[in-house]
Amino acid sequence: MAEQIVPVTVSVRGLCRNFDAHVAVREIDLELKRGEVLGFLGPNGAGKTTIMRMLTGNLAPTAGSIEICGIDLLDKPRDAKARIGYLPETPPLYRELTVREYLHFAGRLHRINSPSIDSAVDKVIQRCGLNDSAKRLISSLSKGYQQRIGIAQAIIHNPDVIILDEPTVGLDPNQIREIRTLIRELGSEHSVILSTHILPEVESICDRVQIVHEGRVVFCGSVDGLKLKGTSLEEVFTRFTMNPKISESFSSL
Amino acid sequence: MIFTIARKELKILFSSPLAWILLALVQLVLTWIFLAHLDTFLQIQPQLVAIANPPGVTETIIAPVFSMAAVMLLMVTPVLTARLIAEERRNHTMTLLISAPISMTDIVLGKFLGLMVFFSAVITLVVALSISLLAGGTLDFGLLLSNVFGIFLISACFASLGLYISCLTAHPAIAASGTLGALLGLWVIDIGAGDEKESITRNFSLLEHYGNFNRGMIDTFDLAYFSLFITVFLVLSVRRLDGERLRG
Repeated sequence: MAEQIVPVTVSVRGLCRNFDAHVAVREIDLELKRGEVLGFLGPNGAGKTTIMRMLTGNLAPTAGSIEICGIDLLDKPRDAKARIGYLPETPPLYRELTVREYLHFAGRLHRINSPSIDSAVDKVIQRCGLNDSAKRLISSLSKGYQQRIGIAQAIIHNPDVIILDEPTVGLDPNQIREIRTLIRELGSEHSVILSTHILPEVESICDRVQIVHEGRVVFCGSVDGLKLKGTSLEEVFTRFTMNPKISESFSSL
Repeated sequence: MIFTIARKELKILFSSPLAWILLALVQLVLTWIFLAHLDTFLQIQPQLVAIANPPGVTETIIAPVFSMAAVMLLMVTPVLTARLIAEERRNHTMTLLISAPISMTDIVLGKFLGLMVFFSAVITLVVALSISLLAGGTLDFGLLLSNVFGIFLISACFASLGLYISCLTAHPAIAASGTLGALLGLWVIDIGAGDEKESITRNFSLLEHYGNFNRGMIDTFDLAYFSLFITVFLVLSVRRLDGERLRG
């Protein structure tokens, strides 16, 4: 088979965001193809969440353009948002609903039409391992299950781009492993952007990594490339995100 | 999309005890008032017969019950509207709605519609109360309809103002007290006007406009006031939520 052109799903150019005088994100460029998992790394307060909020239409950028599958997010927010699934830092769950009711609502919200909604909900319940708890109230479920419902909500409409903000925070090791497997599966057919603090997570799941520091992309490369060079991600991360003064005081210890 | 959101609002509202408690309380108070007025009516009935054109049950019982129902709705509105946006923010669920391929207008109208369905349930109960009088006499259906129409409009005003105030904050308690304050303010604003018919403060009073419907008079001025009031606060809510994406 001839070399296929892999479609670009996310294309971001010169993205900036100011909060009054404070510049939170400056001149971010980003490109993602179908079937790629991009790891978003950075210290706390680097601007990862701000970038993700802009990518999902929760926050308007000060400058720059965002295209999802060739559709401009700012010009045609509805069409573009229909192709995005987003799991924010805190999963947006209605605790008063049952898992099935909640996913049904999430599906309707993402414009899945009535005939196919039940099968979409069933499929996503299966996929995220929620079979046993489908009829339970969300408030009665553990953090790990709530995180899975959050992921289920993000993939129910089969989006081209899935954006996950720290999906494994607060989970036990088994749950982390399950969620990582799920993300890797998702990465084979969708594009996934994943933000995290856990470096091994990036090494095990992601194809590419971008390190953000003080609102800028300071490093961008493929995980395999790093492995070939024999540099660990931790070294790279420390080199690009350590404040020079702090790193000096560390080395003098 | 509007219906999807409205249905979700109602599902969550009725899955908590809040909706049922409010419905029960409103009905309890209104029935008490209804019975008190019925009692008075039965006492003065012999004297009323002597008058040339005596007021009927609709004027002496139903109109006061509806006027009290408006005050009851004013009291319960803040509790209900505080949930609409402020609580979604607090529970971080607003992100789900904003990330979905729907417009802010859909969100605002869906929430407004959901609340109006709840208010319609309250109004239906009051109407049922009134209709029970048919067992012992006839009703002035024109006056009853004018009251129903009026209370529907005034509850829509309460809902739209409450919805807007809910958009301003992430704290349900602040949204609730703010709404209560604003609604009480709009209720008593005409107190300074005295007997002056054309005073500005009187024109701004919500209950003053409702008074005409209560007496069976549907005035275009009142209709215009109510529809402007509702539209203004719904538009302000949409703008406020849209502006939030810009300010962050």
